Amino acid sequence: MTPRESSIYKNIDWSLVIIVGILMFFGLLNVVSATSNLEILEWFDWGGKGGKQMMWILICSFLGFLILNIESEFFIRTSVLQYLLTLVLLVAVLIVGKKIGGARSWFGFGGMSLQPSEFAKPTTALLLAWYLSRDATKWRSLKVRFLSFLIVAIPAGLILLQPDAGTVLVFAGFVFVLYREGLSGNVLIIGFGALLIAIATILIGATTVHYPFFGTESGIGVFWIVWIAIGIGVVFLAKDLTVPRKRKKITRWGIASIVAGLMVSIGLHLGMETVLKSHQRDRIHVLFGIDVNNPDADYNIRHAKASIGSGGFSGKGWMHGPMTAYSFVPEQETDFIFCTVGEEWGFAGSVCVILLFTFLILRVIVIAERQRSNFTRIYAYGVASIFFMHLLVNVGMVLGLAPVIGIPLPFFSYGGSSLIGFTFLIAVLIRLDGERFRVLR
Amino acid sequence: MNNTGLKNRSLVFGGIVVIIALVFIARLGHIQLISSDWSNYAGRLTEEREALEPMRGKFLDRNGALIVSNIASYDLLITPRKAKNLDTIALGKVLGLEYEVLKKRLDKAAAYSRYVPSIIVKQLNAREFAMISKQLMDFPGIKSKTRSVRSNVAGVAGHLLGEYREVDRADIRGDVYYQLGDYKGKSGLESSYEQSLRGIPGARYHIVDVRNNVQETLLELDTMPISGQDVTLTIDVELQTYAEKLLRGKRGSVVAIEPETGEILAIVSSPFYDGNSLTGTRRGSVYDSLNTHPWKPLYNRALRGTYRPGSIFKMVQGIIALDEGVISSNTTIACNRSIIGCHGPHTADNLTDAITHSCNPYFYEVMRRVVLKGRDPNPLKDASLGLTNWNERVKAFGFGTNLGGHIPWIRSGSIPNSLVYDKIYGKNHWGYKTIFSISIGEGELLTTPLQMANLAAIIGNRGYYREPHPVRDIGGLGKPAGIDATHNLDILPKHFETVVNAMQKVIEDPNGTGNLAQIDGITICGKTGTVQNKGKEDHSVFIAFAPRDNPKIALSVYVEYAGSGGAWAAPIAGLLVEKYLTDTVSNTLREERILTFQP
Repeated sequence: MTPRESSIYKNIDWSLVIIVGILMFFGLLNVVSATSNLEILEWFDWGGKGGKQMMWILICSFLGFLILNIESEFFIRTSVLQYLLTLVLLVAVLIVGKKIGGARSWFGFGGMSLQPSEFAKPTTALLLAWYLSRDATKWRSLKVRFLSFLIVAIPAGLILLQPDAGTVLVFAGFVFVLYREGLSGNVLIIGFGALLIAIATILIGATTVHYPFFGTESGIGVFWIVWIAIGIGVVFLAKDLTVPRKRKKITRWGIASIVAGLMVSIGLHLGMETVLKSHQRDRIHVLFGIDVNNPDADYNIRHAKASIGSGGFSGKGWMHGPMTAYSFVPEQETDFIFCTVGEEWGFAGSVCVILLFTFLILRVIVIAERQRSNFTRIYAYGVASIFFMHLLVNVGMVLGLAPVIGIPLPFFSYGGSSLIGFTFLIAVLIRLDGERFRVLR
Repeated sequence: MNNTGLKNRSLVFGGIVVIIALVFIARLGHIQLISSDWSNYAGRLTEEREALEPMRGKFLDRNGALIVSNIASYDLLITPRKAKNLDTIALGKVLGLEYEVLKKRLDKAAAYSRYVPSIIVKQLNAREFAMISKQLMDFPGIKSKTRSVRSNVAGVAGHLLGEYREVDRADIRGDVYYQLGDYKGKSGLESSYEQSLRGIPGARYHIVDVRNNVQETLLELDTMPISGQDVTLTIDVELQTYAEKLLRGKRGSVVAIEPETGEILAIVSSPFYDGNSLTGTRRGSVYDSLNTHPWKPLYNRALRGTYRPGSIFKMVQGIIALDEGVISSNTTIACNRSIIGCHGPHTADNLTDAITHSCNPYFYEVMRRVVLKGRDPNPLKDASLGLTNWNERVKAFGFGTNLGGHIPWIRSGSIPNSLVYDKIYGKNHWGYKTIFSISIGEGELLTTPLQMANLAAIIGNRGYYREPHPVRDIGGLGKPAGIDATHNLDILPKHFETVVNAMQKVIEDPNGTGNLAQIDGITICGKTGTVQNKGKEDHSVFIAFAPRDNPKIALSVYVEYAGSGGAWAAPIAGLLVEKYLTDTVSNTLREERILTFQP
């Protein structure tokens, strides 16, 4: 065991620090470009968004430095407190929060805004790690599973009330943490299966078929009938082809899957038809390549793709993208910042960013697996899951592969709250990892 | 819990991360490298091409005086997004538009686009624009755009020059040069010489923002417009102006040609209109009133008016007869009024006198000799063969042809041949006695004022003409090739001289019908014609050339429903000849009589 007084800097994972540094710097360049009209000097204006982002980066650097010098024990012991504090903030924001873009997600102080959900992500990861790493905790008990679920679900539920669907999706990413800690792999398979059924429902639901007696209606009815017919056929066939002792189990699971699948499909279809407003339904249809009559429905995505597509291999160069400069893409400096990368840095720059994130996430997984401390491992998985979900949803959205759900790209998107949240997230991990030789928890 | 089984799950998670990353990279590769759809779309969104209008070529007269040039006009445009809280009533007052009309235009503009400017008022002239430009500054979202429009400086020759106006769908489909809102020559010379006049447009490329506001200019791609070529006409603007002045208030035409070159010195169809009135805001109403006027001002009588030639045609008959050898200049023929009516006290004339007296029986006999030459023992067949020959001889004078067709919308008139009468009476069912009225310029003959002026040029030239044409030079490169092709009639000049003598007598003989064309110091040769109209006043016609030798001007004058050729067309011709040859008008009394005459 390393002596306590030896410097933390000898053991910290510099690769993470460097990746984060590169992402922040590259992000800053893109924020500057996205918020100025091709006038390079404008970002020296500290009142501009480029200047503010620079200020936040300096603050975050200081914050990171501070965290690296705090004993990790502090974060472990205060995890419950931090979590509760975040819950208070999440409740408070629902009451006194400022409504921006239809969601009550922000506290406003003068010219500044604070988004508490950005802090809920690291504190939830901390509490989950704390809870699951206690000596007495055994994953197999129902109580543990339920409480783990609750730890994630409470902040997620509060955030859904804002409503901020993007961040809720990020919380769904904690399923990877639970999976690593023993949650059945079937959960992932079932989730994937449900996703396939949902996609089929949306695609088929938008078609029309002429039914006898009912007239022209959505083709989904045919899908449901075929689903039941094929399902029953497959179950009977499988029953006859397998050994007798497994028959009962297969029949039970088979029927359960058919019913569950049918419920998902019916529920989703009715939900789309009745709960969603037509413009929301259009957005989903656009995502799946279904023609909609409303030209505005895919406006954001069309412009986002045009912006990225116009970058070609090497891009138009920093501060030289007209779509970036002249506000063709909405929220260019926050949720759609990847469009600037695509337009100005081209395929080369975009792939670099994706590879940097991929490397960051894989590196965090590697770090997780080298821990003797369960707390650090679980927390690291939380970190990896959060980054992964942000990458998945944000880049998926601008590339037209995922629905338009506002969510920042870590270290890239303009905004103090998300920058502080992500810095906190990664800095605590680096500190925890730096102590891996010291402690055995 | 940290057993090997669960540790392997890191690979599952890592695998998912890698797969997603690969999916993203593949998608990027498709959008950025493989498919060009998205970058093309971005180009359409961000780049705007602004066409730079070239200066249209000018029209100059034969001496270089400006006839048509370009002046600025002003379109008013509205950008609905910027025009919040617009006081529509006040704007209507400033623009002189009724509230409903303006409201409709504003609504249409708003429906088209909130960001793109739409035209609400077209082509205000400089004076109209100056009057309201200051007040317009009070209205947000209204701006003006300058465009160049045609200005007929001399205000003459509207028919000849034609119209320059907005292209229609067919024009855009037919020629990639044109885009919506462009202008082109739609008729007259503006249309004939469109290719030379229009020039080559330049382009300026802009980067626009999401609201279509110009943000940057891409200088390296810009091209400058190349001006169109100037077209120098053969028209003498002073003569043209004077001819229009003399014909004002009358129906008729004047065509003046320089015989030696075939250049058209003046061409007027009356009633005429000022080409300027067909540009600008009032084009629609002006056009409608011209179109519905009972005198048909849009109709170009000089090129398209077809009249029976009357007595003037007797000169053609005489020349053909001399060349065919059926008469000589001394041959006298009795004025046998039992065959066909005549006028005046003569009894037997030679050709010169017959033309001077316009003797009908003389030309009945002359044409009979030309047609019935015994080509066939059957007199009916003989007439048919003879008429075929006669038809060719007459067509050599340019009658029944378009004279090269160097002015758009020209008409050929008609000279009957055997087939025409076969159709009317049946083959071999007609003889000379059936068709004799054409011998004195009546019957089935139809000629145009341009052809009659050309006849004067042929006689003045003693036997040839060059195709009449209105253009001298395009862009400094000279006359368009083939525009002044020479047609030689292969008739001895002395035969023409006989006719010229007669034409001089028409003017100078105390009993001549063309006395009123006489000018001191200039020998004019002319011939009157009278086109009869049943129940109405006759058309007064006169053709002339001057001076007698090496003539500088040949012309035809038509005044509809005015009376005899000598009374009105002849004095007009005299005034025009004097004006052109001496640049002055000495007989102001005659001029006054013409100017005040309203048939």
